[in-house]
Amino acid sequence: MDLGQINPVLLVASLMVAATPLLLAAIGELVVEKAGVLNLGVEGMMIVGAISGFAISVETGSPWLGFVAAAIGGAVLSLLFVLLTQFALANQVASGLALTLFGLGFSALIGQSYVGIKPPSMGDIHIPLISDIPVVGPILFQHDPVLYLGIAITAAVWAVLKFTRVGLILRAVGENHDAAHALGYKVIKIRILAIMFGGACAGLGGAYISLIRVPQWTEGMTAGVGWIALALVVFASWKPWRVLLGAYLFGGITVLQLNLQAAGVAIPVEYLAMSPYIITILVLVILSADKSSAPASLGRIFHASH
Amino acid sequence: MKFTTLLTSAAMALGLASGAMAEDKTKVGFVYVGPVGDGGWTYEHDKGRQAVEKEFGDKVETVFVESVPEGPDAERVMTQMALEGADLIFTTSFGYMDPTINVAKKFPNVKFEHATGYKTADNVSVYSARFYEGRAVQGHIAGKMTKSNIIGYIGSYPIPEVIRGINSAYIHAKKVNPDVEFKIVWAYTWFDPAKEADAATVLIEQGADVILQHTDSTAPQAAAQEAGNVITFGQASDMSEYAPLPRVSSIIDNWAPYYIARTKAVMDGTWTSSNTWDGIGAGMVEIGEISDAVPADVKEEALALKAALADGSYHAFTGPLKKQDGSDWLAEGETADDGTLAGMNFYVEGLEGEIPQ
Repeated sequence: MDLGQINPVLLVASLMVAATPLLLAAIGELVVEKAGVLNLGVEGMMIVGAISGFAISVETGSPWLGFVAAAIGGAVLSLLFVLLTQFALANQVASGLALTLFGLGFSALIGQSYVGIKPPSMGDIHIPLISDIPVVGPILFQHDPVLYLGIAITAAVWAVLKFTRVGLILRAVGENHDAAHALGYKVIKIRILAIMFGGACAGLGGAYISLIRVPQWTEGMTAGVGWIALALVVFASWKPWRVLLGAYLFGGITVLQLNLQAAGVAIPVEYLAMSPYIITILVLVILSADKSSAPASLGRIFHASH
Repeated sequence: MKFTTLLTSAAMALGLASGAMAEDKTKVGFVYVGPVGDGGWTYEHDKGRQAVEKEFGDKVETVFVESVPEGPDAERVMTQMALEGADLIFTTSFGYMDPTINVAKKFPNVKFEHATGYKTADNVSVYSARFYEGRAVQGHIAGKMTKSNIIGYIGSYPIPEVIRGINSAYIHAKKVNPDVEFKIVWAYTWFDPAKEADAATVLIEQGADVILQHTDSTAPQAAAQEAGNVITFGQASDMSEYAPLPRVSSIIDNWAPYYIARTKAVMDGTWTSSNTWDGIGAGMVEIGEISDAVPADVKEEALALKAALADGSYHAFTGPLKKQDGSDWLAEGETADDGTLAGMNFYVEGLEGEIPQ
């Protein structure tokens, strides 16, 4: 055992990379749930984002266009959920599960001709001067642009929900859709936009896996990140910065446990392997002791004539 | 409906049934642990399935279910296949062992073939390949090629199959490079590209310049390519899209001949429960082309080792060898017996760390 082999700077830098897909998917789902809709289709939207982003960036040679396509792909798939739950008034849980199953199958179908291909690399941003600062530089200033985008989206979601009128309306729709409707807000329209935003974020998260973290296309490569994102939103009690904290905690312990294993630390490997789940849940449960802020209308169907 | 039933029983009574039965297609089912597009383990099994279809054409019908978790789901999938009239079912992952035995009890007329397990029954055969022979060749190349003397190994689950591979690679790396050290990371998955990529990255960050893997995706290759100066080997499948660097060679599983032979046996009615364990010699394990990134003399030695393993003149586990705790295992010139290899649950001397129990 030699802990000196673990480089803390590289550890922090790689935990941010490991956490980003989870963060993107979870922050999108947070907005959806704040609007009162429970979309269990995150995994499906992620994997569709992963393949559409991958396919477009391979075809065009531009990872940027890939990420744009991934966001569009996720949002378009979420329209299926919109159709089912907002117009056909179908059960949200069942529709979300169907969305995941559909997404997994559909992505496998499109992805068949992309197995074994390498995507164009996005490269990291190296901001002159500050990225050369020891320790802080590699941790904060030498990542790919999408990682920063994830943090920026989190900050934006927090600010919009907390300080703006749009955020207030969105929360009102999620808390009590009948009251919001009575006040003249377009409940369905607002929810549709929130669902599409969630789809776009999930799509970005999926593409981050297929274009940056792995990077390649294989069927089922999101491997359950979408489900962890769903759980994370609940454990973070619908608060954006806690979603960020939870994602970094989860990603961090995932990477740390691999590091500890490689360094030969004498903790049984099984405990290490389950530690990301347990520690993340524990920390967030303790944090959520200040009472949960679940949107009151979460998962309930809205119809104006009721 | 009744009329057909009547006809069938009449035909049976007349003894025509056997003729009619022969017209039936033989239905062969495959249960896969990963997606057929994983580029590794399941991909190769599916190539075997396609070879069966090609060989027998209209006389067989194959069905497969991919990404089946190792647990109760597997039992459900197998039961479903048996109910739908499969005559022969290949279950292609170690974790399907108990489900296969359970389902086989309920369907005594269906033949089962379980890959990499050790439990058999009258209608359950087991088959596996001596991957450790291929890993000996990889270990040799790895030991010669490493400059940092640190070799990273991504393990899936701590089962004999995987432990055997680690030991075999280590013994042969150590033979050509006494300073070599193995760092082992258990991923607890057969297939999770993101986790495999993380594991490879961690090993590289901790100084490994050779990555060996016993998981099924090509994510470690992608991570090695990103890092540069790190070499890898294709696992289960050739993974030649990463040649000549970082992938310098590979172990390829070739199941097609076995699948064809066993399907034929069911068709002929000669199928019996058996225990097959073939290696490089029988062609079940192949060594993918050693790329130009490997110096010519190392390549030659590796090929000589491969030839010696193939013709049986050399065994990958030949003494003197000690166990990790320092106790004697094999005396000078003694070779390991299959029983010990099949249940291998110890590291050889020199490997660090404990095997998770």
